[in-house]
Amino acid sequence: MPLPSVSWSSRSGRALIVQGALLALLILAGAALWRNTQGALAARQIRSGFSFLSEPAGFDIGEGPVPYTPRDSYLVAFAAGLANTLRVSALGIVLATVLGTLIGVGRLSRNVLVRAGCTAYVEVLRNVPLVILLFGTYLVLTEFLPEATEPISLPGSAFLSKGGLHAPRPLWAAGWGAALLGLPLGGAAAWLLARWARARRARTGRGPAVGWAGLGLVLAGPVVGWLLGGAPRGLELPEPGPFGVAGGLSLTPEFLALLTGLTLSAAASIAEIVRSGLLAVSHGQAEAAGALGLRPRQTTRLVLLPQALRVIIPPLTSQFLNLTKNSSLAVAIGYPDLVSIANTAMNQNGQALECILVIMAVYLSVNLVTALLMNLYERRVALVER
Amino acid sequence: MRRSLTSLPPLALALAAAFAPVAAQAGKTLDAVKARGEVICGVNTSAPGFSAVDSQGKWVGLDVDTCRAVAAAVLGDPAKVKFVPLNSQQRFAALQGGEIDILSRNTTWTLTRDASLGIVFAGINYYDGQGFMVPRKLKVDSARKLGGATICVQAGTTSEKNVADYFQAHAIKYKTVVFDTAEGIQSAFFAGRCQAYTTDVSDLSGARTKTARPDDYVILPDVISKEPLGPAVRRGDDEWFQIVRWTGFLMLEAEEAKLTQANVDRMKAESKDPAVQRLLGTGDDTGKLLGLDKEWGYRIVKAVGNYGESFERNLGPSTPLALPRGPNRLWSQGGLMYAPPVR
Repeated sequence: MPLPSVSWSSRSGRALIVQGALLALLILAGAALWRNTQGALAARQIRSGFSFLSEPAGFDIGEGPVPYTPRDSYLVAFAAGLANTLRVSALGIVLATVLGTLIGVGRLSRNVLVRAGCTAYVEVLRNVPLVILLFGTYLVLTEFLPEATEPISLPGSAFLSKGGLHAPRPLWAAGWGAALLGLPLGGAAAWLLARWARARRARTGRGPAVGWAGLGLVLAGPVVGWLLGGAPRGLELPEPGPFGVAGGLSLTPEFLALLTGLTLSAAASIAEIVRSGLLAVSHGQAEAAGALGLRPRQTTRLVLLPQALRVIIPPLTSQFLNLTKNSSLAVAIGYPDLVSIANTAMNQNGQALECILVIMAVYLSVNLVTALLMNLYERRVALVER
Repeated sequence: MRRSLTSLPPLALALAAAFAPVAAQAGKTLDAVKARGEVICGVNTSAPGFSAVDSQGKWVGLDVDTCRAVAAAVLGDPAKVKFVPLNSQQRFAALQGGEIDILSRNTTWTLTRDASLGIVFAGINYYDGQGFMVPRKLKVDSARKLGGATICVQAGTTSEKNVADYFQAHAIKYKTVVFDTAEGIQSAFFAGRCQAYTTDVSDLSGARTKTARPDDYVILPDVISKEPLGPAVRRGDDEWFQIVRWTGFLMLEAEEAKLTQANVDRMKAESKDPAVQRLLGTGDDTGKLLGLDKEWGYRIVKAVGNYGESFERNLGPSTPLALPRGPNRLWSQGGLMYAPPVR
């Protein structure tokens, strides 16, 4: 490749010089900002730097999948916070997508009651600020449920109280490992079956419908694994104790309130996105598919949905990112997410600047990964024009 | 509103640190306060007895008195204070960033805070310790018996670390629920989310006065930590630091010399005791050395009274908190309150 000439007389040369100068300015400004910050912190005798990350945090974290004790470092505390953020965001994204899709489709239903109900849901939920929704949900859970010492018994040895929801948890056994292993195996078998059916249809024009069989294979994988692993059935049951229910799988009111709030509010936006996507496909498409002899379900799956998804995916991605970011409102109701942990950390060690940088970097990375995955998916569903 | 503001001070600090010119702030606070005509004082959003708004909308409390005393000494008027209510997470950033002149918010003096936050503690106005409050109906009589309980604790406090230490040392299992505001954690506790609430005993007593049925809650006898509470100022301004520190000492000295709000005028006119004359500005000029005038001490006693008066008015038996004076008695009465001589 010939190097572009760096001269003011040529158009590309001018562009190169201007861009180079801009870049240099940007770097200089960044460096000045950094130096000034360091200087200001030193002048105010505030400790700076990231060495605190390896020091013991000393405070406890109420819940989370990461095994954490107060003797662990700030880094582990941040990781525990991040795990809590991801836990509630991932579950929220799945639930909000399901609920949002149902409501979005419902808004186009021919049944008046369903349509009106879905419209009312969307209009109410997207006009209530999320924080208010969170406070409301949390209030309902902590004010109106019975004391932790006198929980409501639910079927299946579960308990509900101000202490949250407690349910039986399967005790870990080798059989569960086999079941986990069975899942990808079942998936692979289903994929092979679908491939075979597609190839056969391409070759002969006739292919067996393998949708249900595939689903069966995916489900059969873990079940067979579980059976082969000795069918472990040990359960850790929650037991009411002197200070409330203990043991088993426990979901705190903070987690439940945050998950509910995030899900309900994001579902309202997602419903509108789904509706707009479905309406964006022109009516002629469905009619044409019908004229070609496709059945209604095939029309939806093969003609309408692929075209609607093109419209749906980009704004849906934004909603997923929003939900993840909104999970930082957790501080309002005492759920120990990343921001809550970082807030505590910056108050315990006074290093606000560093903690805020950590928060920003983490949210940026998480959301960039989400966006990347969604973009990959978007490319898959993009209309291939010929 | 409150929520969205919570994260502002750290952010503001970050921005200030990034953009503000690197300038030493030494010696500037007194000038700024005089030019502004008021002391800006960071206090607790609501801690009955320490800083809370009374029914007339006036800030009252032991920590509030510290700020009023400084205003009286520096500006001659205890009303010239702007109170900035802060939650525990905002407090240090607000002081570091220069939003407030004094942090007087029942804040525990620890080495980490004194040595690494860019702030410095100017004394102790209340010797406290951390305790637990539980609903009476749980029939718990000791913190050791809280195994398996869920405990409410405010985020970013020494309490949060102490409770972790305490239960770890005694190998007791527990769970925490953490809110970043006193209001949040207290309403969670009183709603029944937690079986115990832990913070400084004085704070527990204050919180209890806010409920409809204070008798339904008991404060356990266990005190698991030392919590010396006091005002703090920014580092690097020794002049301002001395003013705040000696304002506290003067209130103690006044109690020792039996000077009260009621008798200070008469004592000023009549007393021939050189020690009293020094305190009230009729003898040696003690104010000059602090950058104040001669009568700074007289104005403090006239405005808020001596330490004992402030204690009785805000925390003592006649208040809903009804806290005993305990270790906060003067050294001469078996307590820990001791001031170096004002001379």
